[in-house]
Amino acid sequence: MTFEIGKLLAASTVAGAMMASAAMAETELRMMWYNDGNEGEVMQSLLDRFEAANPDISVKLDVVPYKSIMEGLPIQLAAGAGPDLARVTDLGGLNKFYLDLTPHISDTAYWEASFGPFLDWLAPDSDQISGFMTQLTVTGPYVNKTLFEQAEVAMPGEGATWDDWAAAVNQVAEKLDIPIPMAWDRSGHRVSGPAIAMGAQMFDAAGEPALVDDGLKEMTQRLYDWHQDGTMSKELWGSVSGSTYLGANEDFANAQVVMYMSGSWQIPQFADKIGDAFDWWAVPAPCGAAACTGMPGGAALVAMKDTKHPAEVGKLMDFLAQEESLAEFYGKTLFIPGHLKLATGGVDFATDDPRAKHALQTFSGAVPTISPVAFDLQGYKNNRVMFNALISRLNEAIVGELTLDQAYARMEEDIANQLAEKALE
Amino acid sequence: MSYIKTDRVGVIDSISALAAWPVGIFFKLLDYPLSAIQRLVGIHRMPWIFLLPNLTFFGIFVVIPLFINFAFSLTGGTELFLNNRVYTGTKQYGFLLECETFGDPITCREDRFWKGLYNTAIFIVFQVTFLVLFSLITALILNRKIRARGFFRAVFFFPVLLSPVVVALIWKWVLLRDGILNAFLVSIGMDKILFFVSPEWSMFWAVFVSIWAHMGFYMLILLAGLQAIQPDLYEAAEMDGTSKERVFWRITLPLLWPNLLVVVVLALIKGVQIFDEVFVLTGGGPGTATQFIVQYIYNTGFTEQVQNFGLASAASVVLGVVLFVLTMIQLAVTRVRDNG
Repeated sequence: MTFEIGKLLAASTVAGAMMASAAMAETELRMMWYNDGNEGEVMQSLLDRFEAANPDISVKLDVVPYKSIMEGLPIQLAAGAGPDLARVTDLGGLNKFYLDLTPHISDTAYWEASFGPFLDWLAPDSDQISGFMTQLTVTGPYVNKTLFEQAEVAMPGEGATWDDWAAAVNQVAEKLDIPIPMAWDRSGHRVSGPAIAMGAQMFDAAGEPALVDDGLKEMTQRLYDWHQDGTMSKELWGSVSGSTYLGANEDFANAQVVMYMSGSWQIPQFADKIGDAFDWWAVPAPCGAAACTGMPGGAALVAMKDTKHPAEVGKLMDFLAQEESLAEFYGKTLFIPGHLKLATGGVDFATDDPRAKHALQTFSGAVPTISPVAFDLQGYKNNRVMFNALISRLNEAIVGELTLDQAYARMEEDIANQLAEKALE
Repeated sequence: MSYIKTDRVGVIDSISALAAWPVGIFFKLLDYPLSAIQRLVGIHRMPWIFLLPNLTFFGIFVVIPLFINFAFSLTGGTELFLNNRVYTGTKQYGFLLECETFGDPITCREDRFWKGLYNTAIFIVFQVTFLVLFSLITALILNRKIRARGFFRAVFFFPVLLSPVVVALIWKWVLLRDGILNAFLVSIGMDKILFFVSPEWSMFWAVFVSIWAHMGFYMLILLAGLQAIQPDLYEAAEMDGTSKERVFWRITLPLLWPNLLVVVVLALIKGVQIFDEVFVLTGGGPGTATQFIVQYIYNTGFTEQVQNFGLASAASVVLGVVLFVLTMIQLAVTRVRDNG
């Protein structure tokens, strides 16, 4: 009996040692990720394929809420305890934590040719390659076309202004008793496109942030008025404080909103949630005096410089950034490609939904019309400072805590204070 | 039968002895180092030895972070580690306290800090007052011999067991435009009320939900106090024909005073620290109508692109000073009352 136990112990020790050595040989990479739709599943299937081809590397996909990406990730990175890779939307703001992949990827020329202009968004002050866009986004409105048809109100056509749309959605809402004629995401990024359409320049001649000008005032005055006259519901923007993001996607999906200003990332969600319950229709960005533009943007998968496995990270990024991998990723997620060849050559999107196809076509087609000012703003690494000041102070004016003039002064002070604090680094 | 019973007792005694054996061994083993320590430090210093584990945890998790926080408040920039940060002296405090008129937050450089302070002050005035009042009334009722007393005690205590986020989400669903309360209002022919759009309604619901969530805990403290009052005092008063009001003012309230004081102190401290429930319920809105001081600290330190840890730390030092002053005032009141 003693002999049997001895044998068992010896066998267990050997097995344990073997398992431990196998585990030690394996490199685990952690990727922090958030989901708007099904992109986590699609990414996981790509990772499974990568792991099968590289049995010595495992990749753990940590799916977290978007808020954790915005608020938790910067702290983790600053503490040196961040993931190896992360999907981020504050593209330039976090760039001091990015890894330069150049020594670790096989073909830098391919990366530059495929992701050229977007690499600057990730590294505005250098030539480093840190990642690629998992999606390119364009802001713009969706309308509930079915409601327009039921109300027998003609939808404003190409070149329509924001005022034309405001008048039309109010007519629809009035006829059909819809509670919210127009809703916008509560985000400075969303307001910026229409403000640029009205003539906002966002930067002064020296290239320094200059948020408040006549163009911005034109648009913010409209937003203020629309909240007072009921075109927009105070419940959406007024019901939270600071720079908190709030979307009206649920209200739009429940047919409580006639027109919803958001962006291309909502397509997969609407295709899934709304389906054919009503015709949700993406329309071109309404015009202002200066342009008919939305804001570009997007999310990128970036490598972090604190990783202990830069070579393995490079290998993974090389695999994911390949044209075939990204064609599959963009096609299944219904994301606008952030890969130049795929953007021009087209992607076979995995949907038969005519509404989703139309929306993809509308937003992809809007890219050439995006104002250069909007691209500059998106490429500015401290753009969130401007976005947050804009939305939080405008909101305080809308609910009556500040006048619009006080809000403008506060926006400029907030931006100056935060940039001064950052300059202390 | 008696044999079996005796046998059972014997078995139980044996099990107890068996269970106590390792405990006895443990304490015997513990006796050696403790005796050695006592010989070393002397018997009068032994209480400090017993307090040491607790003091160590308190030091690591409270006192040291307090000093680190203060050190952060004297620095600027966005670096996380103190050794990488730029020393700015009292600049952050200067920002916080720069006001043209302290009564008007809009004239202050950090207007949101002052709005947060004022909102917190308004919140605690209403929340603490009504929380203590309702807890006292509920405790008085549930101390009487009423039907289903145990059930009602459980009902009032139940919200205390819920996470603040759950509490806020439940009430948010009740109060939203298409929530249960608005459905009820519509069913009786009234218009919907957009509760979270109105500053007054938002503050009202912030106070209400907070009271609903915490009242059970304070009720329990007061109930324990009420049960500790000797019944013969009430019997004597009844024999003397004392009115119920007089019994309450002359017997119940004075004897309940220590418990009431604990309730007020705890409610006040918790009130100043309010964050999670209201953050989920109203998000601090509309505008900044329900943005309290802790949310200001959180926003300044964590939600902005430029995470201003220095300013957030300075604001939390100011909050700490306010809490310290409040606690000292209450301790002073207690001493005066105890001595008087």
